[in-house]
Amino acid sequence: MNLHEYQARELLERYGIPFPSGAVATTPDEVRAIAQRFAGPVVIKAQVHAGGRGKAGGIKLARDPAEAAAHAGRILGTTIKGWTVQRVLVVPAVEIASESYVGMIVDRGSQSPVLVVSPAGGIDIEEVASGTPERIHRIAIDPRYGLLPHQATALALRLYRDPAQVRAAGDIMQRMYAAFYALGASLLEINPLATTPQGALVPLDAKLVIDDNELARRPEIAALRDPAAEDASERLAREAGLSFIKLEGSVGCCVNGAGLAMATMDLVKFYGGQPANFLDIGGSSNPQKVVAALQIITADPAVKAILFNIFGGITRCDDVANGIVQATRELSLKVPLVIRLTGTNEVEAVAILTAARFSALTDMDDAVRRVVALAAA
Amino acid sequence: MTIFVNADTRVLVQGITGRDGSFHTRQMMSYGTRIVAGVTPGRGGERFDGTVPIYDTVADAVRDTSPNTAVIYVPAANATSAIFEAADARVSLIICITEGIPVLDMTRVMPFVRERGVRLIGPNCPGLIAPGASKVGIIPGNICRPGRIGVVSRSGTLTYEIIHQLSTHGFGQSTCVGIGGDPIIATSFIPCLEAFEADSGTDAVVLIGEIGGSDEQQAAGFVQRTMTKPVIGFIAGRTAPPGRRMGHAGAIISGVEGSAGGKIAAFEQAGISVMQRPADVVPLLEERL
Repeated sequence: MNLHEYQARELLERYGIPFPSGAVATTPDEVRAIAQRFAGPVVIKAQVHAGGRGKAGGIKLARDPAEAAAHAGRILGTTIKGWTVQRVLVVPAVEIASESYVGMIVDRGSQSPVLVVSPAGGIDIEEVASGTPERIHRIAIDPRYGLLPHQATALALRLYRDPAQVRAAGDIMQRMYAAFYALGASLLEINPLATTPQGALVPLDAKLVIDDNELARRPEIAALRDPAAEDASERLAREAGLSFIKLEGSVGCCVNGAGLAMATMDLVKFYGGQPANFLDIGGSSNPQKVVAALQIITADPAVKAILFNIFGGITRCDDVANGIVQATRELSLKVPLVIRLTGTNEVEAVAILTAARFSALTDMDDAVRRVVALAAA
Repeated sequence: MTIFVNADTRVLVQGITGRDGSFHTRQMMSYGTRIVAGVTPGRGGERFDGTVPIYDTVADAVRDTSPNTAVIYVPAANATSAIFEAADARVSLIICITEGIPVLDMTRVMPFVRERGVRLIGPNCPGLIAPGASKVGIIPGNICRPGRIGVVSRSGTLTYEIIHQLSTHGFGQSTCVGIGGDPIIATSFIPCLEAFEADSGTDAVVLIGEIGGSDEQQAAGFVQRTMTKPVIGFIAGRTAPPGRRMGHAGAIISGVEGSAGGKIAAFEQAGISVMQRPADVVPLLEERL
């Protein structure tokens, strides 16, 4: 789950990461009042889940409260990469002498958290990685011992020469590590970590992604989810316990299992079609889930035909068949349906579908060829 | 011959009285797997279905019934604890079926498991089956046939699809191993490939990967350097968009390395025959054997 910058700052401040003061606003008048309180130039920052906010016009410097309100008026309500800006963060402008990058991720290769730093801060770290990989430094952390002081110092020395700055950066890294485990993060970035002309270290932006598997035991963080920052159909899917991602094509796909769902999308493409979505109905096949899946798929006007591809293992084919019959009664389907079922209780499923005047295939290739032809017709 | 499990494998089920655990224990027993004990804290002294003794702790079960394999169906909130407990009791093979374990929990599990010298498979995996000998996990027994093809996969139902293709075209399996779809899994492709290469009962291996991470590239390197048996490969997610988690927590493209294209290129370079679609597995095996 992605958090907004202002939410990430609030959480990270609890672990002593020294963000400058800031306040969130939803109207230009609120922004004006905050700017008056800060008494000096401020930066207005759009709070959306999108990279490149600055380039998209979502981050503006204002010299006085009137200009701050004017900027906020332009930023609030606009869309950045498809997301409407509903909130802005207002922070005092900081004079910047240098910008670094400090981040933490879970690394699959070393199976441990990895601390990553670069003196090339303020820009997307992927750009640094592809253009000047020698400017990225990383260290794997053994979770039995945590981030050891000499590790933090070694990385801080890649960023700063001044001993006070090295100490301050090492301290921030230790606090990031503590926050990382305490919050159940999968990514934590401070970019840029700026220095002022006076030499102080100031974190200017934060990105925090929480592992979805942590949310069940962290209801306080789960409650921070911004429903407006999520596609409507993806939200419906999440609430129904489905895994769904909307794509651009015309063949709706409803599959059990993530690997088979991806392979089904690939086969649609192989036979000349375009998948409209990724949808995994999961292992246990409650008929109600099938109803929700069909609701979500048919809500997309680009969908011209729908494919069910079910390999019954734990999932029982008859449960899915019942779900299809129930859903088509409730929804009055306007596009053709191709059903492929094989595995556990396949015979019962075919009987249920035949009684409801559906036909079912057993071969995946036959089913995909048919649905692609129907979507093209 | 088989890898990791065989007809003598003595299985302990952690979470035997739960909804999934009890269902799959019955499935394993009817397949012929030797289930020697179950563990559910607080239910020690009872018997599962009147036969299998239930213990409060893994240590008690190990003392009385000497299992050599533990399979975990414990819900995500307590699954990490179940892995620690089985590893602490030195059960030499631990299979964690549970989906939804936080990745940071796995960063703590891994050094613990390594230090104790036990093998963990998973988490978030369907387990393994040696057709006709033993089934440990949730792979449906009825789609498998005894034979000489090894199968190793990051997926569940996609694996069943490919096993089904194999079985219906006369290619039985020596062992099928599901290694799991999470970003951190304890046993990657390589130890499985190594075991299949050494197994006199395996003639060829089917390797099923997907987008995300670089395990497939490392597997390809291993195949190129050390394997003499033919390997047929599949990568799911050619049409997946970058940056989105495709169901499995581990199936997310970040950078070229994690994309299907990068993995397929590594396979081809290593001499692995690459399937365009699941149905290609049979003609490619016929070509290579």
